[in-house]
Amino acid sequence: MDNLSNYVLISAILFSLGLFGVITRRNGVAVLMGVELILNSANVNFLAFARFGGMNMSGHVYALFVIVLAAAEAAVALAIIINIFNNFRTINVDDVSELKQ
Amino acid sequence: MADIVFWFVAFITVFSAGMVVTSKSLLYSAYSLLFTFLGVTGLYIFLWADFLAVVQVVVYIGGILVLIIFGIMLTNKITSVNISHSSMQKGVGAVVAIGFIASLGYMAISSPWLQAANTEPAETTASIGRLLLMDYLLPFEVASLLLLGALIGATTLSRKDEDG
Amino acid sequence: MYRDFGTILFLVFMGIVLIYAPLVIQKLLAPNDPNADKLATYECGEESEGSAWVQFNIRFYVVALIFLIFDVEVVFLFPWAVVFNELGLLAFVEMGIFLLILMLGLAYVWRRSDLDWVKYNVKYGRGRYSNLYKKSQTIKGS
Repeated sequence: MDNLSNYVLISAILFSLGLFGVITRRNGVAVLMGVELILNSANVNFLAFARFGGMNMSGHVYALFVIVLAAAEAAVALAIIINIFNNFRTINVDDVSELKQ
Repeated sequence: MADIVFWFVAFITVFSAGMVVTSKSLLYSAYSLLFTFLGVTGLYIFLWADFLAVVQVVVYIGGILVLIIFGIMLTNKITSVNISHSSMQKGVGAVVAIGFIASLGYMAISSPWLQAANTEPAETTASIGRLLLMDYLLPFEVASLLLLGALIGATTLSRKDEDG
Repeated sequence: MYRDFGTILFLVFMGIVLIYAPLVIQKLLAPNDPNADKLATYECGEESEGSAWVQFNIRFYVVALIFLIFDVEVVFLFPWAVVFNELGLLAFVEMGIFLLILMLGLAYVWRRSDLDWVKYNVKYGRGRYSNLYKKSQTIKGS
């Protein structure tokens, strides 16, 4: 727990799992969950380097902005997904390839 | 004692993240995401970021996760009792994920990381506030514009065609 | 810091234990004799019908969305409040701009009646529903 490499390793695993989710999932909401995992892993890295790498508090501010971005992104993405569902009756991201009906 | 708690938190984070991306049921994925967020909160506490830990609980668990669960409830047909979702390209995904874990993990373990002086910050919230209002003033104000855009855009999108 | 959050961790564990201990105890002690009537979903004595998986109303989503945005806004207020005494007028003006921009959003959703649960500006304005429209206006005005 007093070792930077542990945190970097955990965040690497979180990032890879999020990437796996983004690649394999077909449901739009599940893809969004993978993106959230990736953003969380980035935040763990920011804070780990803030504690060990001498970034001081700037890392905390960056992590705060990442959380704000994630909130805005989740709100808009889910609104788009719900709209897609209302138009196509599916949220399978591979089936939604038309730009207009 | 703290070491045991750390590895426990790390295990919960990684295990539930694995559940998020492999579970058959979409709702189980969402609830696993809750435990991933809680585990990441624990990691933040171990990284001396107490303010960020509370923000993680307030925004991620109290806001984003609720929104995701509403999204699941809103995008499934009434008759589909078992909200499941299939996966595709599992082989490609597994290769990419394992490749990333292997390369990034090797990098994380073998690199001679700089370990700066370890002193616990006396006050995190006040330092963040000072940085936000002095050094990071422009991103701070732009964040409010971003939130405004997200609010207007998302409410416009999710309003049903009652009045266009 | 670990000590403070250790207290919270202990509280979380106690919460889990206090939920599960009575469940385990009743599993061990209670007699188990199920039949179809006992296992039926209890719905205030009525026969339950249909599935519980009804599709939500989209207004839940809109309300949750507005909540999330202002939740994030509140997060920024905490560090600001801590350093407010130190920075004085500068902090006041900066946060004033921030809040003003978000207040525009609040005014927008208020004006577009996203905050109203029951929307009255649907097309009741003419024909046989015109008195309904007037009634709704008086409700809104009062």
